[in-house]
Amino acid sequence: MMKTLLEIKNLKTHFFTHEGVVKAVDGVSLKVDRGKTLGIVGESGSGKSVTALSILRLIPQPPGKIIGGEIYFEGQDLLKLDNKEIRKIRGKKISMIFQEPMTSLDPVFTIGHEIIETIQLHQGLNKKEAREKALEILKIVGIPDVEKRIDSYPHELSGGMRQRVMIAMALSCHPTLLIADEPTTALDVTIQAQIIKLINDLKKRFHTSVILITHDLGVIAEMCDYVAVMYAGQVVEYAEVFTLFEKSLHPYTQGLSKSIPRLNKEVEKLQVIPGMVPNLLNLPPGCPFHPRCSYNFEKCRSENPELIEIEDSHLVKCHLFTEKR
Amino acid sequence: MKWYIIKRLLMLIPVLLGVSILSFSLIHLAPGDPAITIAGEHASIQTINAIREKYGLDKPITTQYWIWLKQVLKGDLGRSIVSNESVTKEIADRFPNTFELTMFSMFFAIIIGCIAGIISASRQYSILDYSFMGLALFGVSMPVFWLGIMLMMIFGVFLKWLPISGRISMMISFQQITGFYLLDSLLTGNFEAFISSLRHLILPSIALATIPMATIARITRSSMLEVLRQDFIRTERAKGLSERMVIYKHAVRNAMIPVVTVIGLNFGLLLSGAILTETVFSWPGIGRYIVNAVNMRDYPAVQGCILFFAFMFVIVNLITDIVYVYIDPRIHYG
Ligand SMILES: Nc1ncnc2c1ncn2[C@@H]1O[C@H](COP(=O)(O)OP(=O)(O)O)[C@@H](O)[C@H]1O
Ligand SMILES: [Mg+2]
Repeated sequence: MMKTLLEIKNLKTHFFTHEGVVKAVDGVSLKVDRGKTLGIVGESGSGKSVTALSILRLIPQPPGKIIGGEIYFEGQDLLKLDNKEIRKIRGKKISMIFQEPMTSLDPVFTIGHEIIETIQLHQGLNKKEAREKALEILKIVGIPDVEKRIDSYPHELSGGMRQRVMIAMALSCHPTLLIADEPTTALDVTIQAQIIKLINDLKKRFHTSVILITHDLGVIAEMCDYVAVMYAGQVVEYAEVFTLFEKSLHPYTQGLSKSIPRLNKEVEKLQVIPGMVPNLLNLPPGCPFHPRCSYNFEKCRSENPELIEIEDSHLVKCHLFTEKR
Repeated sequence: MKWYIIKRLLMLIPVLLGVSILSFSLIHLAPGDPAITIAGEHASIQTINAIREKYGLDKPITTQYWIWLKQVLKGDLGRSIVSNESVTKEIADRFPNTFELTMFSMFFAIIIGCIAGIISASRQYSILDYSFMGLALFGVSMPVFWLGIMLMMIFGVFLKWLPISGRISMMISFQQITGFYLLDSLLTGNFEAFISSLRHLILPSIALATIPMATIARITRSSMLEVLRQDFIRTERAKGLSERMVIYKHAVRNAMIPVVTVIGLNFGLLLSGAILTETVFSWPGIGRYIVNAVNMRDYPAVQGCILFFAFMFVIVNLITDIVYVYIDPRIHYG
């Protein structure tokens, strides 16, 4: 079996809007190994969700369109599949949970119906068997009193419970890859840790690979094996989690890790990277990060650097390092 | 739910009371005098006064209302001044015709309107979408009587495909059982009568259905587009469901919630549309009856019809609210 489960090469997803072309994802390359967890971090608007949705080809079209790149999953380019083939991947081999648990479930069907529908779709079970499976998975994700809850409607559940239902649905067909797009951002702080722990436990239990998109570097440190840092639709640094925290190279990553409060240091003020998130409609020439970068020099203003491998599994996209080579 | 229905039915009482007071005042304020209508322009004062007295028209309006109300509470809508028949019976005789016309119209308005709206939304900005919505715009802006006359001219007069007036061909002998022509002709196995009454139904139904059909198509489209943008649609796609299932199962069910409201409201409009359609097509229903009654200042008949329309309107609204419960689990009536 191949070690690499998913490999994205030079993915470009653009939105053709009235104001112009939004290059939401513009040349993203990433890799996820079997059984491993990849974290994706980056400011909001940096193209994390669009990258995730592109994998399952769920980009709303129009206005969006994947205009280039390859997404190899188990050796097969997902972008070359026809609609029927990609549907067999969705929910079965690759599942996704979303940032908005409150609105991500169909309000007019019971949660049981939603999960049973998924199971029946991919596993060819009859209704009764599918219901048994649904009960089982709901129990696993920690829904209390499942026999009763399975017939609840989404509005009868709290946000945390709804996210558990989403997780149950996503895992109901034992996917090889789970994409979790900021699964806790919309939830209460007290619930966040529970959901993260749940995802972590289930990942081990089902040997699922995970792409975890999050703002929370603490969660990244705890859960992920690799991290990709995104900025303005591109991956600016990709490394093993330890490397990223201890030996990050890209000035943006360094700024990010400074911006997390650390308990072991004395009252440290939350640092924010100075400057504005760039407007994707009107990116500065050269490296998109250069206006906010304290190291920027001539070349940064004219030429966008390539993502290059500095050492094994550590890639960075910055002229500071292309120069040194 | 049971209590809710009972509560709503009890609310009928003040509604009907209000409606009857309003319509009673309006028709008495309007110029014209039924006594003169009956007696004729050239009748003597004595004759006219005698008629006034006979129908209690000489009494003050509040007294007249009171007398009428007491009678209605006993279940009697009074007698028509013009025909001297019981108003209850006259309405009951005509109701099946109006019912067949409105139900037939609404059935097609809902089916065609919803399908057109769904197709339009799922292929937004396609030629099909533009054509449906163009037609719908045309439909909502069409005056019913004008459309009726156009239909009569085209399909009745020029093409001679369909009859343009009445409920059934006069050449056909027909035995009434329930008063519903389609039903009765089937019950008696009178195939010829069935075809004839169906053919008579077509043009008035088109005239009456056009506005609700267009309105339903437009609201279905916009409601579908709204739903298709929502997060849970993305979840359904992420599950691996086919686009057909996403649209026809998940999106449609959600999109129907506002559509049901509009359908309910359109039933109300249909009642007023029926007045015009029935007049244009000489359809022997309550709509045409009320027009004649107003023209003749036949107070008891007008009152009876309005009360009946108000009653129907409230019932339709109640049914609409009950339908909600079945499509939207978030709605509960205590
Ligand atoms: N449907 C859409 N239409 C137009 N622009 C979009 C759409 N979806 C996302 N974008 C744009 O793509 C960019 C990246 O968005 P996203 O991937 O959601 O960011 P995030 O990293 O916060 O998840 C944003 O600038 C956003 O405006
Ligand atoms: Mg996002």
